[in-house]
Amino acid sequence: MFAIFTRLADLLAYRLMGLVPGTPLGEAVHFFIEDVTKIFVLLAVIVFAMGFFRAMVSPEQVRRIVGGRSGFVSYPLAVLLGAVTPFCSCSSVPLFIGFLEAGIPLGVTMAFLIASPMINEVAVVILGATLGWKIALLYVAAGLLVGVGGGLLIQVLHLEKWVEDYVWKIRMGDAQVPQTENTMAARLAFARGEVREIVGRIWLYVLIGVALGAGLHGFVPQSFFTRFTGAGNPFAVPLAVLIGVPLYSNATGVIPVVEALTAKGVPIGTVLALMMSVAALSLPEMIILRKVLKPQLIGTFVLILSAAFIGVGYMFNTLFA
Amino acid sequence: MLHIKVLGSGCRNCVNTANLIEKKAAELGVPVKLEKVTGMAEIMQAGVMSTPGVVVDGKLVHAGGVPSPKTVAEWLKTPAPSSPA
Repeated sequence: MFAIFTRLADLLAYRLMGLVPGTPLGEAVHFFIEDVTKIFVLLAVIVFAMGFFRAMVSPEQVRRIVGGRSGFVSYPLAVLLGAVTPFCSCSSVPLFIGFLEAGIPLGVTMAFLIASPMINEVAVVILGATLGWKIALLYVAAGLLVGVGGGLLIQVLHLEKWVEDYVWKIRMGDAQVPQTENTMAARLAFARGEVREIVGRIWLYVLIGVALGAGLHGFVPQSFFTRFTGAGNPFAVPLAVLIGVPLYSNATGVIPVVEALTAKGVPIGTVLALMMSVAALSLPEMIILRKVLKPQLIGTFVLILSAAFIGVGYMFNTLFA
Repeated sequence: MLHIKVLGSGCRNCVNTANLIEKKAAELGVPVKLEKVTGMAEIMQAGVMSTPGVVVDGKLVHAGGVPSPKTVAEWLKTPAPSSPA
């Protein structure tokens, strides 16, 4: 099903541009064409389908669904809904306040905020298409687990004291956005709008990710990675997480890098730890969350997630050794 | 004159939304008073969690993402129903 993108890249890179397979430039250009076409086509198709069937959940709906439930239900529900709720990171602050205002515990709210950037339907499908469905499923499972675990830990530690005081004073109005009509034309228009909105938000991250992946694929020799990131180096996983923290990208944008590294023989756990770290931990996100969280909670959040990603990395590496 | 508020912390989507409304209003020749609301308390008060939100004459008409130019044109054309007190 995805072989068509390989053939397209063959045609463009080797036949049309006259590049030679096996040469660094030929391999890099081939990788670039194949991944750019594959990812953008999948991205547009998936987002359009989700938009058409109204399968996306809005933060307002999540707030209503999760609010007032017991912990057994609310944690798994929050991370699952986090995976299918696309929201711009600039909405993190109103979302955070809105959840707490609805009486949703801090731990559940954080579980949602952890899972949401890490897992989304687009990233999962593209991960499956490039690295196989077993890896994609394990990535989702690990992401949900980290979300629930991280949220529970924050709850158990009673970190509400490290939420900015003004947050607790805000009261939310209950005005509701009017429902759009349910005609075919309205659905198509909505789906098109979703594609424009989401592609517009992440295309640059995807392009940079593919360019990086192509560069790694074509120009960095395998021996480089076996030397520094092979199974023999126990520090490769923490290092991958550390590298990922300051880097900011969408989960989908990291996949080409993940793909290139995996092909070079970097162990899957190390690569997925990097992916989680890039997607879920980032400086811009921390700066946004700083508006509602005191520095102590930001620090704890980063520590918990880093430790969790390192754990996931070692786990995957052991499972697939 | 329509009183339009764009609710959002000042992210790119909020700025784009405000610009779009301004452009459409000028195009259609509809006089509007455009206000950007950045205070979190007021944004939440309007019931908005996904920014940018848009309030036309006291009524919430949009939340989350940049609205399409067509949608904006509809807000400007139809006289907004008066908000429930």
